[in-house]
This record gives sequence, structure tokens and C-alpha cells, in this order.
Amino acid sequence: MNQVLQTAFEEAWITVGCVEDVPVLGSRVVKSAFGDIAVFRAADDTVFALRNECPHKKGPLSEGIVHGHSVTCPLHNWVISLRTGEVAGPDEGCAGVIGVKVEAGVISLEVGRLAGGG
Amino acid sequence: MTREKLLVVGNGMAAGRVLEHLFEADRDAFDVTVFNAEPRVNYNRIMLSPVLSGEKAYEDILIHDDQWYADHGVTLLKGHKVVAIDRDAKAVTTAAGEVHGYDKLLIATGSNPLIIPLPGHALPGVVAYRDLDDVDAMKAAAAKGGRAVVIGGGLLGLEAAAGLKMQGMDVTVLHLMPTLMERQLDPAAGYLLQRAIEARGIEVICKANTHAILGDTRVTGVKLDDGREIDCSLVVMAVGIRPNLGLAREAGLEVNRGVLVDDAMRTSDPDIFSVGECVEHRGQCYGLVAPLYDMAKVAARGLLGEPGVYKGSVTATKLKVTGIDLFSAGDFADAKDREEIVYRAPGVYKRLVLKDNVLIGAVLYGETADGTWFFDLIRGGKYVSEMRDTLIFGQSYAGAAPLDPTAAVAALPDDAPICGCNGVCKGKIVGTITAKGLTNLDEVRTHTKASASCGSCTPLVEKLLAATLGDAYSAAAVQPMCKCTDLGHDEVRRLIVAKGLKSIPAVMQDLGWKTSCGCARCRPALNYYLICEWPGEYQDDSQSRFINERVHANIQKDGTYSVVPRMWGGLTTAAELRAIADVADKFNIPTVKVTGGQRIDLLGVRKEDLPAVWADLGKAGMISGAAYAKGLRTVKTCVGSEWCRFGTQDSTGLGVKLEKLMWGSWSPAKVKLGVSGCPRNCAEATCKDIGVVCVDTGYEIHFAGAAGMHIKGTEVLTLVETEAETIEIIAALTQLYREQGRYLERIYKWADRVGTASIKAQVVDDRARRAALLERFLHSQTFAQVDPWAERVKGLDAHEFAPMAAIGFKEAAE
Repeated sequence: MNQVLQTAFEEAWITVGCVEDVPVLGSRVVKSAFGDIAVFRAADDTVFALRNECPHKKGPLSEGIVHGHSVTCPLHNWVISLRTGEVAGPDEGCAGVIGVKVEAGVISLEVGRLAGGG
Repeated sequence: MTREKLLVVGNGMAAGRVLEHLFEADRDAFDVTVFNAEPRVNYNRIMLSPVLSGEKAYEDILIHDDQWYADHGVTLLKGHKVVAIDRDAKAVTTAAGEVHGYDKLLIATGSNPLIIPLPGHALPGVVAYRDLDDVDAMKAAAAKGGRAVVIGGGLLGLEAAAGLKMQGMDVTVLHLMPTLMERQLDPAAGYLLQRAIEARGIEVICKANTHAILGDTRVTGVKLDDGREIDCSLVVMAVGIRPNLGLAREAGLEVNRGVLVDDAMRTSDPDIFSVGECVEHRGQCYGLVAPLYDMAKVAARGLLGEPGVYKGSVTATKLKVTGIDLFSAGDFADAKDREEIVYRAPGVYKRLVLKDNVLIGAVLYGETADGTWFFDLIRGGKYVSEMRDTLIFGQSYAGAAPLDPTAAVAALPDDAPICGCNGVCKGKIVGTITAKGLTNLDEVRTHTKASASCGSCTPLVEKLLAATLGDAYSAAAVQPMCKCTDLGHDEVRRLIVAKGLKSIPAVMQDLGWKTSCGCARCRPALNYYLICEWPGEYQDDSQSRFINERVHANIQKDGTYSVVPRMWGGLTTAAELRAIADVADKFNIPTVKVTGGQRIDLLGVRKEDLPAVWADLGKAGMISGAAYAKGLRTVKTCVGSEWCRFGTQDSTGLGVKLEKLMWGSWSPAKVKLGVSGCPRNCAEATCKDIGVVCVDTGYEIHFAGAAGMHIKGTEVLTLVETEAETIEIIAALTQLYREQGRYLERIYKWADRVGTASIKAQVVDDRARRAALLERFLHSQTFAQVDPWAERVKGLDAHEFAPMAAIGFKEAAE
């Protein structure tokens, strides 16, 4: 399994799709061998990516409501910053942030960080 | 002991305020009778504009209702006009010929609108803008559409124009002077105001001299001096007011422009006092509410034999047109011995006028938050030389370090006026909060009157509450929907209708949302309000739905979903059960459970399998059970008269009919029904949102039950004889809840808030209202009854159910 993954992640960045594939104020899931990644698109078209797990009870953040540069977890309404992964006070915690690059409308994720546990 | 008799002529805001001060000081000092030429109680005349625009209702602007008069032992004679005062006999005569004697008399006859005697001024369709009758006439005209011409570009004229525009009319404002509101604004601010008014689609013609009003039997147009003609069906004259002093003059009291009063608000007859727009004090007549209230305070003391001193008022003006921020105070005319400080930014204009290092006038447009502070400086007459450089930037810069808003309010001096309308200063508010242990805005309004009139100082009062109570102050009486807005749910809904807002961005723009795209609390609520208000027109915004409603299944703690197909009234068939069993096998669904609502729940379905699961269930004729929806969930039934030896009616059949009628409807929160065939109530109908208990003589309709976090038995709405009427009433009840319920507010909480009696009156007693509600419900259902599962099987929102990519699995066996 390790072997396979090293092959897959020879590049630091992997293309996963287009900005248009993600609904505005919405999210899509990228399945990865290191766990699901949620890719978000804000109203201003900024794209973010987080590990698809709320630091609270592992709720799938991809299913939450996106507002500003935050997402509200669908399970217990924790609010998570898309930029830093930090949970908005008074709760505490941090979801893993994945690097995102958008070039000519194409989204790439920084998968190099994934193997390290992101 | 017989009490002295006080007669009050006129029942406007000034008179009402005198009585309040009087009763506050001594409840039993007088036996009071009030004569009101209008057939109404006392209402807040400065709030007529929101009534015209549709942002408020008449009931919202009442100051004193009938109960208040009763509670205070005041005899209110509505529709009684006083026509003569006999000062020798100390008595007044009404139009009907009744004679009432007095010990003390208060004249508060207010003012009359000025009507320019143009040719055609008496035609039907020419109205003033003064009282509720005028507003009703304007609304009636607006309902027919067409163009309105407003003569007069002052405060009232512009508010009338904005209101008529919101009521759907085309509007032209004719103003004699070169710029709008020239008495309150300088030309620069007048220009910005004109641009803002024009941006609302209102035509503004300045330097317009009206020549004649045209029409034979009613208004058809207006002709200007330059020959231009403007077609219109309504002319509103808003050119000013004139003190109403005929009664006083004929009684031989001294009058000039108004009824002359001394500093204690006494007329030339020591037993007769006068307040309000009808008086002239030290050469001044006033048309704004704050001076009237200052006068009322003094007059009340005078009546009690302890004369106070009214010194005249410095006035401040605010325009009550939603979305236009404008403030002016004091004297801002140019003169040689004055200096001015001006600040401009896009859409913002501020000008301060100083004389001998004292602030004497201020005009603010676009940013008015510091208006109160400037007004305070003007009234205080303090030297401002030390902070002159930063004065224009307002309070937070003029002192030392910038303050946050609450700290800035906390830093105000005790005599800083907070509520201009009612002349309430900071010290009084803080003192009352502390002394009476007040905890919310409503209580502060009740006890101090602060923010109880035009309401524009509400944020200041709330900050005072926050500053005084600290952490103990948690929420306003009108809870804002969320941190994105200061408006409560009801206000937002009313404004959606009044302004015809049909999308979430439109709501956020027009109602001044503080965030760019809302939050997880307001967006789902707005989405629901828009769906409810504009069926067939509003496009559902799936990104403003909670996940369950977005993917039409219930998310579970591990991120899988549960699927519940509809079983009408709890009925199923062998074929349906077989299809469910096959689906469970095919998709390895780990848990199959019978729900409390008489149907079957398939738990642990993976998100990507949902469309395929639905496709298989759909082939067997099943649709979504909406077990996830803020909408109709289940209709639980017992077997009823078809099988049960105790059954009185066909409860199962009725349940199926109700579910077929109501499925697909969205509501503020979930709606669960129950229909029991006899009072043994096996379907547990008496703890449902809406329930029916069948009896021999018909159908007992229940509502407002709950069996969740709160357990509450239902209340009986009514008993009807036929199944058809049962269905009709339940649909109407549901629609009323859909229209009035706040998002996430269950039926029992809604009923608790608005009152069971009001609901009963609307859906049971008022047949016409019931029919209208039913019609709206049925209309909405023609758009709502689309099976969301079938749509998604066909490919709608496919992106929801498939991952965007899979990475790192290269060549790895699945």
C-alpha cells in the first residue's frame, strides 16, 4: 500500500477538477487513500480544502453550509474557518488544511502534506 | 372628595404625552375626559410613513389602546369634535351639542395640512399626508397603480413618495426650491439625497411651480408653470402645516401664528393650557415630535400647579426612509462669523458649523452614527477647540483612543440625549435599568419611553443595556435573526413582502445584511421565507439548505444516511415491503427499523448509493417520506371504522387524504399529524402538531401538541361535522402557520406566541380568511408536490452524490 501511494504522490500537487465542478457556497469530496478531502468554493470563488472531518465528532464538513470563508458542520453546528481550519470560539479544535492552487480554473491540491498527516 | 375636571381637546401625540406625565406624577389629580375628532385611539403619527410603505401595520403604531384609557380612568370620546369654548362658564360644546364643564382645559388641536388653493385642489384624488385616513386613501389609490405626484420635497413629501413607490406606484416629486429638504439640509446633502431618491425610481423635479391640478370629476394630471403636464391618478400635497387655532381664537385666547403660550405652556387664560403643533412659544411654532414632548412635560407640571419652564427646543431631523441615512440639527446656514468643517467620501457627506468655537449645526448624510453626539455638543454649547481637528470623524476619534461602540456609548455623559423623540437622556435610562432591574429593550421602552417612538435610537438603547448589565444582558426583546442583521424574523418577513424581495441576495442587499452572504442560521430561514412567499417564482437555493434537505435523506453520525419512503397514513403493501427488502439486500443496508411515524427507516446508506436506492424504491411506486424536512412528515392513523369495533369514522382514510393533500409542503419546522378513530386515541393524535380525534358526531380538530423535548397535549381547535371541512380547516391552519411561524418554530410555539384565540378566529370563525388561506396553500402545493427522489434519480444535483475525484488509489485493488 505504501508503495502504491508513493507512486501516486510523486508530484507535490495533484489536479482534482475545475472550479466550476464545485457549486458556489458548496463543497465536493475528493476521495484519497489518506482519507476524504472536502474542497470548498466561497461566494467570491476562492477555493479551499480541508480534511473532511470536523475536529469535534468527525462530521463530514463537505456537507455543511458554507458562509463567508467558513463552514458550519452539519452534525453539531461547529463553525470552522476554511482558511486556517480553526474552530470559531468558544469551541476549540482544528481541521487539517490542504494546500490549494487554482490555475486557469483548474484546482490542484497539495497532496505532499497528506502523507505527513496534514 | 370630588376631583378637578380636566378636559383635553385633541388626542394626538402631545396630548397623550401630557396625560402620561400627569399620571406618572399623580394618578388621581384629575377626572379626565379626552375629545378626539378622529374616530380612534392615540397613535404614533410620525410612524405613518412605515404604514404607508407597508413596513408596519396600524396596530404596530398604537401608543395608547382602549385598555390604556380604561386602566387610567380616562373617558375617551372618539369622533367628538369640540366646536366652542365658553371661558366664562368654563365649559366646552361639542358638534353634537353636548356641554362639558371643566376646571382645567388643555388645547392640543395640532395642525392642519396646508393645501395650496390651486385650481383643482378639491378634486377627488387630491390628498394631504396627515393622518391615517390620508394613508388609507393613498394605499387605495396605489392599489390601482398608475402615477402619483407629490407636491413638496420636504420630510413628509419624500416619505410619502418613498411609501407610494413601495406600494407599486410611479412617483414624481415636485419641489419649489432648487434642492430637496432645504430647511433641514444644505445643497450638497440635498443633492446626495436627490440622487438616492432618484435611484429608487422616483422622479424628482426641483424648481417646479405647480400651475394647476387637472381633471373633471377626479384628478387626471398636474400642470406646471412652464407648461409641462404630468399625467397622474393621485396628488399628495405635502407642502407644510398650519397651527390649528380656530377654536382658541374664537374663545378669545391670544393667538398669533399659533396659540400663544408662556414658558409654563399656559395660554392667556390661566386655566387653559396648550401644547403641540398648535402653539406658538417665544415666536416659534414646531412641527417635530421632540419639542412637543418637551412641552408636554412642562404642561403636565403646570396642570399640577408647579409650573416648569419650557425654553424652546433645538431640533434634529432624521428621514424615515429605509436605506437613506440623513441627519441634521441646529443652525447650519452660512454666515460671516462662522466656520465650517466638511468631509466627503463616496455617498457620504458631513458638515459641521462652528461659531466662536462652539458647534451650532450639523448635517450628516450617508453616515449618521455620530448624529446624537453632535446633537449633544450643539445642545451643550461647549467649546470644541481642543478636538476641532478630529471633530468631524465623530466621537470615537475626538477623544483619545477609538472606542468600540458599546464603550463609546458608555463614555457618553449622563445628560446625553439618547432618544430624541421622547427627550430621554442616558442618565435616565441607565438609572431606570439599575433601579427597576430591567433586562430587555421592551422593559426599557415601557419604563423610560426611550426608542418607543420612531425607534431609530434602538441600537443606542441596546448598547446602553449591554454597557449597564454587562454579561447579564444577552438578547434584545426582538431577537435579531442572527449576527448578520439587527432585524427579527417577523420584520424580515414583513419586509420581504412589502418590498417584493424575491431572492436571498435581494433580501441581504435591501435589508442591509452585515455579512456578504449570510450564515448557517439566516440563509435556511430566508430560503424558507422566500419559498413560502413566492411559490413558483422563487428558485430554491440548495446551498442554503441544511444537508438533510439538500440531499433529501437524514445524515447520521458516521456520515451515512437514512432513507424513509412515504407510507400513506401508515398503510403499505406486500409489493412495497418486498421492494424495501430487496433494496436492503442489494445495498447492504445494515439496519432496517420501524419508525414512530408508522413507516420504515433504512439506516446506514452510503451517500453515493442514495440515487440508486431511490430508483429502486421509485420503481415500486414509493416517493420520499420527507423524514428530513421542515415540512409535512407523517400522518399517523389507527384503523378506524373500517376494522375497529370502537371506530367512529374512517380515520385511516382521512389520514391518507390529508397526507396526499399536504405532502411536499415546506413549513417553518416539521409538521406531524395524527388521526384517531375514536377518543381512545390509538394514533396519539393529542400530542401531534395537528391531530384529529373522530367522535360520533364528527371530527374534533386538535393542534399545538408536542412530544419531543417538551411534552404538551394539544388544544382543541374546533369540532366539525364533515371530513371535507376537517381537511379544509387543517390546510388553512397549516398555511397560517407557514405564513406566520418563525423558521424552526414548531406549531405549539407559534400558537403560544400569537395566541390560540387569534388562530381560531382566522381559520375557524372567519370563513373568508379560511378560504383565502386554503387557496394559497393549494396554489403553493401545485409547485411543491414534486418527488425530490425521482428528480435526483433523473440526474438533478448529481454532483451532490459523486466525489469530484479519487486520488492515491492508483492501481490499488478496491
